[in-house]
Amino acid sequence: MDALHSGELQKTALCGVHERLRARLAPFGGWLMPIQYEGILAEHHWTRTACSVFDVGHMGEFRIRGSENRRRLDQAVTVNLEKLAVGACRYGFLLNEQGGILDDVIVYALAADDLMLVVNAATALDDAAHLRNYLTAADFEDVSARTGKLDVQGPAARDVLQHCTSVDVRSLSYYQCAMLPVLGKNIIVSRTGYTGEQGYELYIPAEDLEFFWTALLRDARVKPAGLGCRDTLRLEMGYPLYGQDIDRSTTPLEAGFERFLDMSKEFIGKKALQAQLRQGISRRLAGFVSPGRRSPRHHYGLYAGDEKIGTVTSGSFSPSLVCAIGMGYVRPAESQNGTRLSCREGAVDIEVTVCPRPFYQRGTARA
Amino acid sequence: MEVPHGLWYTKEHEWVKIEGNRATCGITDYAQHALGDITFVELPKPGSVCGQFKQFAVVESVKAASDVYAPLSGKVVKINEVLARQPELLNQSPFDRAWFVVIECSDTAEKENLMDAAAYRAYVEGLAA
Repeated sequence: MDALHSGELQKTALCGVHERLRARLAPFGGWLMPIQYEGILAEHHWTRTACSVFDVGHMGEFRIRGSENRRRLDQAVTVNLEKLAVGACRYGFLLNEQGGILDDVIVYALAADDLMLVVNAATALDDAAHLRNYLTAADFEDVSARTGKLDVQGPAARDVLQHCTSVDVRSLSYYQCAMLPVLGKNIIVSRTGYTGEQGYELYIPAEDLEFFWTALLRDARVKPAGLGCRDTLRLEMGYPLYGQDIDRSTTPLEAGFERFLDMSKEFIGKKALQAQLRQGISRRLAGFVSPGRRSPRHHYGLYAGDEKIGTVTSGSFSPSLVCAIGMGYVRPAESQNGTRLSCREGAVDIEVTVCPRPFYQRGTARA
Repeated sequence: MEVPHGLWYTKEHEWVKIEGNRATCGITDYAQHALGDITFVELPKPGSVCGQFKQFAVVESVKAASDVYAPLSGKVVKINEVLARQPELLNQSPFDRAWFVVIECSDTAEKENLMDAAAYRAYVEGLAA
């Protein structure tokens, strides 16, 4: 957040490359990032049908080493690290004592006593400060500044990556990670993503980033894609965006992410969640769809009849479904599938129906 | 950036082609480019009355919703039904196939409040600087 406060935006090592590609750049999480190259719709469809490469170097990465630190980190995340096998990745949360979500993260078990935590850009500094309260300083390192990140996403992603390595990439199944020789360099690769398509996330030393970017784009099946379509792709999957769908004021129970909480172990915020379970939640994140193209937007009100019962957190035109979709917090009674609601703001009035997520069901992420 | 001659322009990036007391209008190439991929267009109802520089239509891109303002006052006598069904036409053909509506003008002297092509081009280049 320092960069935000000082008004200066951070840039990835590829910023000049994006400018040469005439990308549209905009601030995101304190970084100047590419939003689109060719156009959001074209990049969205290319990711769903071929393969896109995203520069997501704004994301933060922490390395946590040693068995003592592993035990301590286990107390700070909702993921059970004792059950996390080497080579596995798990999605989970950092919570405060009130059960509010400080960040959504992915934990990588690179080795028995070598973990990587991947965090959001805007929260990275606060996350590091929070974790330093619990971890041994010597074995906690924020490696964000020297770690580049490229996401290779789309149904052709496996074939594209296979052309860059001698290792059989099929050995990496969904939500697994490994150190792999890619384009002659050993890098961390995980079979993960934020698009719903088959894909990989590549952690690359900043100085090698342009070499990887250029080499990946030499494959005719690969095109660059920006954060604009990353947002429509993730929303079609019902994945939350931190700072928009989830934040400190929301808990994983309200957001419907019980499956990412291991209540059999201790973690910061667990007591508050147990209390919330006893008392019952007062609101729940729901997905909804409209038959039309007019889109609900962040902050639009959600109404049952004339009664305001919630607020839209994310909304967009869905390029794959050719209609409007969105998510927002509503009272539990109105979070049931099939409930008819309306999204309103000024003269805008969009009829929507609560529906299951993912909105888009044909993703190849697990294929 | 395309700025055809013979049309009149607003500061909100609408264009209008005036023929007698009938005016065909839409949004400019600059506007469609700035908005990005257009996903929705809402046009006024035929027969409705619009006032110069008053909101009378809506366009949405993937990222945002924007109001569109009438370049002249009058009555909407014709709307582009094809554009309502195919909003992407706005990105492909903002001055031709993606016209919004035809207005029967109540006061063509309102043209004095609009810019010609040269003035609009200078205005847009000033925005970029």
